[in-house]
Amino acid sequence: MIVSKTTQCYHCGDEVSHTAYEADGHAFCCLGCQSVYQILSSSNMQQYYRYNTHPGKKKTEASVRYEYLDEAAIADKLIDFKNDEISVATFYIPSIHCSSCIWLLEHLYKLHPAIVMSQSDFLKKQVNIRFKHTELTLRGLVELLVDIGYEPKITLQDVIKEGRKFSQKGLIAKIAVAGFCFGNSMMLSFPEYFGMGAFEARYSEFFGWMNLGFALPVLLYSGRDYFRSAWHSLRRKELNLDVPLAIGIAVLFVRTAWEVSSTSGPGFADTLCGLVFFLLVGRWIQERTYHHLSFERDYRSYFPIAVTRLGEGGAKPVPLADIRVGDRLLIRNNEIVPADAILLKGQAAIDFSFVTGESDPVRKVLGEIIYAGGRQTGEAIELEVVKAVSQSYLTRLWNNEAFKPYERNFRTFSNTVSRYFTVTLLGIACSVLAYWFLAGDGVRAWGAFTAVLIIACPCALALSSPFTLSAALSIFDKNRLYIKNTAAIEQLATIDCLVFDKTGTISSPSASRMRFEGSLLPHEWEMVRAVCKNSSHPLSRELVKWAGEGSSESLSLSEYREIAGKGIEAIVSDYRIRVGSASYTGAPGNEKGSRVYVSIDGEVKGCFLVAQPWRQNLGLVLGELAKERRLHLISGDNDKEKAQLRSIFPPQADLLFGRLPIEKMEFIQSLQAKGHRVCMFGDGLNDAGALKQANLGVAVSDDINNFSPGCDAILDGRSFVKLPRFFRFAKDAVKVIHMSFGISLAYNLIGLSFAVTGTMSPLFAAVLMPLSTVTIIGFTTVATHLYARKNQLIKS
Amino acid sequence: MGVIFFLIGCSVFIALIFLAAFFWANKTGQHDDTYTPSVRILFDDEVEEAGSTPTERSEAS
Repeated sequence: MIVSKTTQCYHCGDEVSHTAYEADGHAFCCLGCQSVYQILSSSNMQQYYRYNTHPGKKKTEASVRYEYLDEAAIADKLIDFKNDEISVATFYIPSIHCSSCIWLLEHLYKLHPAIVMSQSDFLKKQVNIRFKHTELTLRGLVELLVDIGYEPKITLQDVIKEGRKFSQKGLIAKIAVAGFCFGNSMMLSFPEYFGMGAFEARYSEFFGWMNLGFALPVLLYSGRDYFRSAWHSLRRKELNLDVPLAIGIAVLFVRTAWEVSSTSGPGFADTLCGLVFFLLVGRWIQERTYHHLSFERDYRSYFPIAVTRLGEGGAKPVPLADIRVGDRLLIRNNEIVPADAILLKGQAAIDFSFVTGESDPVRKVLGEIIYAGGRQTGEAIELEVVKAVSQSYLTRLWNNEAFKPYERNFRTFSNTVSRYFTVTLLGIACSVLAYWFLAGDGVRAWGAFTAVLIIACPCALALSSPFTLSAALSIFDKNRLYIKNTAAIEQLATIDCLVFDKTGTISSPSASRMRFEGSLLPHEWEMVRAVCKNSSHPLSRELVKWAGEGSSESLSLSEYREIAGKGIEAIVSDYRIRVGSASYTGAPGNEKGSRVYVSIDGEVKGCFLVAQPWRQNLGLVLGELAKERRLHLISGDNDKEKAQLRSIFPPQADLLFGRLPIEKMEFIQSLQAKGHRVCMFGDGLNDAGALKQANLGVAVSDDINNFSPGCDAILDGRSFVKLPRFFRFAKDAVKVIHMSFGISLAYNLIGLSFAVTGTMSPLFAAVLMPLSTVTIIGFTTVATHLYARKNQLIKS
Repeated sequence: MGVIFFLIGCSVFIALIFLAAFFWANKTGQHDDTYTPSVRILFDDEVEEAGSTPTERSEAS
């Protein structure tokens, strides 16, 4: 295609072809971009374009209808607060991406007088709008946002989820209290450590009581989760790392209280406060989450919030939950069929690509059942519901055992180690106690016993996992692999079997499937398209689709011929056009498939290359992955690409086609039964069961803000080539954890050698505990980054 | 030297005020969004627009 000038769209930055839309001397790629500009410029908001060049995003999806927002029942769910005059609503807007977006969304009051205030949250991609609902309805507000290119994503699940937002506020408050007490008690402990003269000795009792006072809120408020967790773990007859931690905290407090009240020593209040403070910081680091990504999505966030029901009073939007068997629904172009239903009226061509993986739209005749989840393409159709939304073919998957809401319990390294650690620790402490009692020194026996429990408190041990894994998490994040939590990284390192879905996972939906080599003048281009339009060959259809709609003038076509296996020929405006194989068009070169040559009057003008729809370097990535792991493919699509995939996948891989969602899940189960640790890569709703069943489910998505099914990690399609490096890096991260466990154990041994003799001073504990903590934090951070550099995940 | 009790009392009291301030900030959601305000502060005030209502802007921050 010849593009004479490469102007960029003023709004979205896309290339503008010769038929440009223009306003105020700026060129636009489409009507959508132009109209956004006009809305903004008429409200004197061109500043939007000043903060960033091309801040807009091209509108790609067909517009959705928002009539349902007029229904009070639905609107009330979306509105956070409402009084006689003002309503407040929060929207999730995936297209927020730059400072211009923030500016525009916070200056909405300039667009409409009824908007009182709007405030955006960039990281969460949310905007909170306060508006006068007497002058502007919720629907009007949403449509206004859509008009300026910021379409809010309104789904059932997000509405429900609004109420139970994850909050770290409680943890932060606990850290604040612990930090406050840590600082103060350290200040009060310094005189003791530096040594007080006889003159100042009368203060030490006062300092001791103050210290005890600071230790109390740390024990009762900040540290109480450790006791609770230790208690739960004991009741389940397990020993997690919180058990020795809770013992350590308790012993620290009891010994401090005893020393202070008996004026026999200064106690360990600062060590206690510091310990809890560092532990909580580690927990906080571990619990960081992605605010703009959801890993728990199910069909509810894919389905629309409301559908149009045909009743006696005409068409009326109703919430999805109110759909009953026997209802008549009206499904327009691009709308999703929400429940299994029978086609009553209209031409149904349902695109099931997201549900089954089958890429071509399926035609249905009247009276046939249409399964939920398909997207209608074409005219509006009427359906009668035969099954409730939650009982439909697709949604039934979520009623399966694998979807029972339980916390998935990954067996982490620290859990495994803590069992042995706790037993050993208690063994040493008890034998020390027994030894000194037998030696006849009861005071020293208790001193040594508590000292062992204090010094061996696995603070550094407990911090090595969170700090390593959160450093690894942020490195994965920079490389566009978004992992749900730190435990999933450890899981990633143990995987020995990978299962891939086909459509959308190893094939890229956005990859341009065609390329033209050679040169064609615009009018020749028109002629080639006119010829191809007449053919029903898949390649011709693909070609026409790729070339796009041209000018509407129809070219006269005569002597059209199609020779199977060779090509097509026709005479257009006195030119003889041939499109087909090399030999047919007379082109030199090999007969390799997926090349379509074009000749005009016998002169070869060039050829179309049908590029593989596979992701970049797929063969290389799979070859690399196959070195250490088994690979399998399971697809809902038919097996027309089997031969091609066979050559890409290693010979021992299973390639399964035409599988139902439930069969995909069972396939994962059967692999797990053979002892494999399976990682599933998928993208659609049909993979949801398999993703959930697998030891690690990774959703592959080309736009992470789009819908992706519930999973443990979301991989941006552009980073697919990095997969082998991701696996290697996850293994390295686990190696770092092992090494830092070694370091902290060494610290524990040094401390123990002093503690068993019963000669541990508070100063020694106060120095050793932060020192080991800082060593671990420093080591894990540096080592993780070094490994990331080694795996080329960060630039040096 | 009895003044040391008074001084320690003062220091703890002041520290408690800061702790309370932190709690208040945490509770009113001032740590919820740690990014957007840093961008917001860089936006220019619009001089050409006399009609816009400055009170609403200050409310938004």
